[in-house]
Amino acid sequence: MSEKVIPVDLLVVGAGPAGLAAAIAAKSAGVMDLVVLEREDEPGGILNQCIHNGFGLHRFREELTGPEYAWRDILKARELEIPVHCGTTVLSVTRGKRVTAVSRERGLEVYQARAVILAMGCRERPRGALAIPGTRPAGIFSAGTAQKLVNMAGFMPGRRVVILGSGDIGLIMARRMTLQGARVLACVELMPYSSGLNRNIVQCLHDYGIPLLLSHTVVDVKGRGRLSGVTVARVGEDRRPVPGTEIEYECDTLLLSVGLIPENELSLGAGVRLSPATGGPVVNDKLETNVHGVFSCGNVLHVHDLVDFVSRESALAGAAAARYLQAGKPPFDRVPVQDGQGVRGTVPQRLDLPREGEPEAVDLMFRPDRVYQNHYVTLSAGDRVLLSQRRLILTPGEMAEARLTPEMLKALRGSALRVDITPQKPA
Amino acid sequence: MYDAVIIGAGVIGCALAQRLSEYAGRFAVVERAPDVSEGASKANSGIVHAGYDAAAGSEKARLNVKGAGMMPGLCARLGVPYGNPGAMVLGFDESDRETLEGLSRNAVLNGVSGCRVIGREEILALEPHVNPAVVAALLVPSSGLVSPYELTCALADTACENGVEFLLDTEALGLSHDAGVWTVRTSRGPLSARAVVNCAGALAGVLHNQISTRPVNIVARRGQYYLLDHSVPLKFRRTLFQVPTRMGKGVLVSPTTHGNILLGPTAEDIPDALDTATTRGGLDDALKKARLTDPEADLRQVITTFSGIRAHEAGGDFIIGRVEGAPEGAFEAIGIESPGLSAAPAIGQELGDWVAWYLKLGRNLSYTAPRPLPKPFSGMSDAERREAYENDPEYGRIVCRCEQVTEAEVRRAIRRPVGARSLDGVKRRTRAGMGRCQGGFCSTRVMELLSEELGVGLEEVTKAGGQSRVLSAPLREAARDE
Repeated sequence: MSEKVIPVDLLVVGAGPAGLAAAIAAKSAGVMDLVVLEREDEPGGILNQCIHNGFGLHRFREELTGPEYAWRDILKARELEIPVHCGTTVLSVTRGKRVTAVSRERGLEVYQARAVILAMGCRERPRGALAIPGTRPAGIFSAGTAQKLVNMAGFMPGRRVVILGSGDIGLIMARRMTLQGARVLACVELMPYSSGLNRNIVQCLHDYGIPLLLSHTVVDVKGRGRLSGVTVARVGEDRRPVPGTEIEYECDTLLLSVGLIPENELSLGAGVRLSPATGGPVVNDKLETNVHGVFSCGNVLHVHDLVDFVSRESALAGAAAARYLQAGKPPFDRVPVQDGQGVRGTVPQRLDLPREGEPEAVDLMFRPDRVYQNHYVTLSAGDRVLLSQRRLILTPGEMAEARLTPEMLKALRGSALRVDITPQKPA
Repeated sequence: MYDAVIIGAGVIGCALAQRLSEYAGRFAVVERAPDVSEGASKANSGIVHAGYDAAAGSEKARLNVKGAGMMPGLCARLGVPYGNPGAMVLGFDESDRETLEGLSRNAVLNGVSGCRVIGREEILALEPHVNPAVVAALLVPSSGLVSPYELTCALADTACENGVEFLLDTEALGLSHDAGVWTVRTSRGPLSARAVVNCAGALAGVLHNQISTRPVNIVARRGQYYLLDHSVPLKFRRTLFQVPTRMGKGVLVSPTTHGNILLGPTAEDIPDALDTATTRGGLDDALKKARLTDPEADLRQVITTFSGIRAHEAGGDFIIGRVEGAPEGAFEAIGIESPGLSAAPAIGQELGDWVAWYLKLGRNLSYTAPRPLPKPFSGMSDAERREAYENDPEYGRIVCRCEQVTEAEVRRAIRRPVGARSLDGVKRRTRAGMGRCQGGFCSTRVMELLSEELGVGLEEVTKAGGQSRVLSAPLREAARDE
């Protein structure tokens, strides 16, 4: 083991779908000197434990399982001879793009990268973060941990299950645990709408007769060694429990699917600025953060619903990193993108438009702050409306998109871009 | 026959066991829980109080100041996290000035130096995030921090290495005395001893009242807390108390030895000394009071909530020494609420010496002083990390990403003299699972390591011993049973 610093043009943190897609795009665009570091023993990220199907409909027009989807990118990365070091945890990334990592095979390594792509993914919000009162017994799992136990370790975490939160992993696990012989008593959601994909509510709850209790939450946890039950209550519009509406469930397992948090501790260490709306870095249309040459994509940038869009977004980051390495940063004008009425967490948060030449189209992604039916997604610059499109349904559980064409980008003329959800088409 | 049986493996029982292990004798610690440090010692504020507030002349005051003085050296010898950031007692009302001046005078009486009352400007210069409505504060430079469960585990290890037996999962049910021999009736059968020491924390009253002519009333006083993620830079450097109330030191906002921020505790007297549940009302109350100190306290930074039970004795002071009215050979350290953690080194030493004197024990000539616990990987420099890896390549595998705990450290925690036997045991000894994801990512790997090291099936691994199994059954069996 040497103490010398390893120079590398591009270092990608994470070999999940985001990191793999980014690395593949960068190598395809001519970045020959790159390395991908992955903390798990296999590439593929969270897809490896998602053995259900439904992945790849947009990208491959096929229904793949998670591992099948990941395998396509893993094969491609192998074909391109992209070095992916597994079992390697990145400990820190500095503003100067010095990356320290550790592995059992090679010990401590220090890389000096010219560009870095952050693709660390996200983590699940734990019970503690919700401050649910009660005891702290065994039997409370985040849905993803339960998924790992069932699908990777081959063990059932319990037999009588209540699920708090209606995130997609919780819904998938409702079905998975039912198929394995557990009784899922209810899926309890604080909000008046589900945060999961509609198709998952139908296929994972309705098809198995599992009730979805909207505007409800868990108000007490019981049991000293192992969980023995939970109390669920309805919540009012202030999201506080309404006394007298309590329902008692006898259960040995509580699964939590109450939100995903982009895992940006490394980003913060690198001086990357985060958006309070997404929990991910503030990026430009090239998915570059405020630290030049540090890019971000996938769930660490903002939590996606579908891996297909993670791959698409990450390929963009890979290509942009390649261009950054090859051409540096041409002169540009910075245009902020603002969340307007009804809109949360638009990515990118700014457009760095080239002073010369034709800009490329940019896909904006955002979430509505609640459910909207028959509303308009409106992009405007000052009092000029660039685009206003009718959408039949917009829900927080499904990421919304709008495309900025090169013409619209040119029409911005330096003013801030605003994204609104409006009941009518603006005049 | 034991020379002495200690009942309770909290910080007091373990400090006492460590001291007694310096004497030649046969000792045992019985503990109802499956691990040491399972009661108040795992769930408290982790403050090494300076000793300005306990009533002058009380055992609390004397042992607090003495114990706090011993703490830095003890922690250095054991390799346990300790810090000395100082504290402030904040007053938000003009009338608080008088109380603060009183505390300042009391500090002098108790032998605590350096305390002084400061005004708003100085407070905000020292701690800019304090509520600007603050009026005055007592500045307490000697206030410290310790990781209470790490201290307890390290004391237990030292005692165990020097021959003290730890009988865990063993509840002391009763005490009796016959012909100079004490019998401790336990859930696993009787133990005989020449002396017994009651350090049973919130449960100590029952045993005391069986043998003493002077009954005590130990009240279980629950405190609920929020724990916030560690952030850089740390929002508060010092422990921030509020002016104390009849129920105790009130709600504090404090950094921990690991750079987290702790909010709490509440103080509620409850009937069941094992009821460590949190409640909506309690948590809301803790937050409301903490917001007086830090109006911006951000619940999005919360990674967990918990509660602990203090053993409050109605008389208000520690009860330490021979059990009044009991036959010879019965000792106790009970009613050890705050500042019990700070006083623990002094209580262990004084009571240990007393018991040894009573038993006429000589020095343990083969006593081995503790080797400090190795520095955690997360706190090492690059050079130290390289060296650790050279010696043990399992330092190259990160198990807990949030707290950067390696496989080498988890394995060692299980192999320690009083080793981890559960997820919580590993957590308290290594911090694996103590971070922002609360074990979401690492618990499966830690379970595998526990299963491997202890030679048990994965389904036998528990969260905290007893009935707290994590898994119900392998998939094929689960499907077959239905």
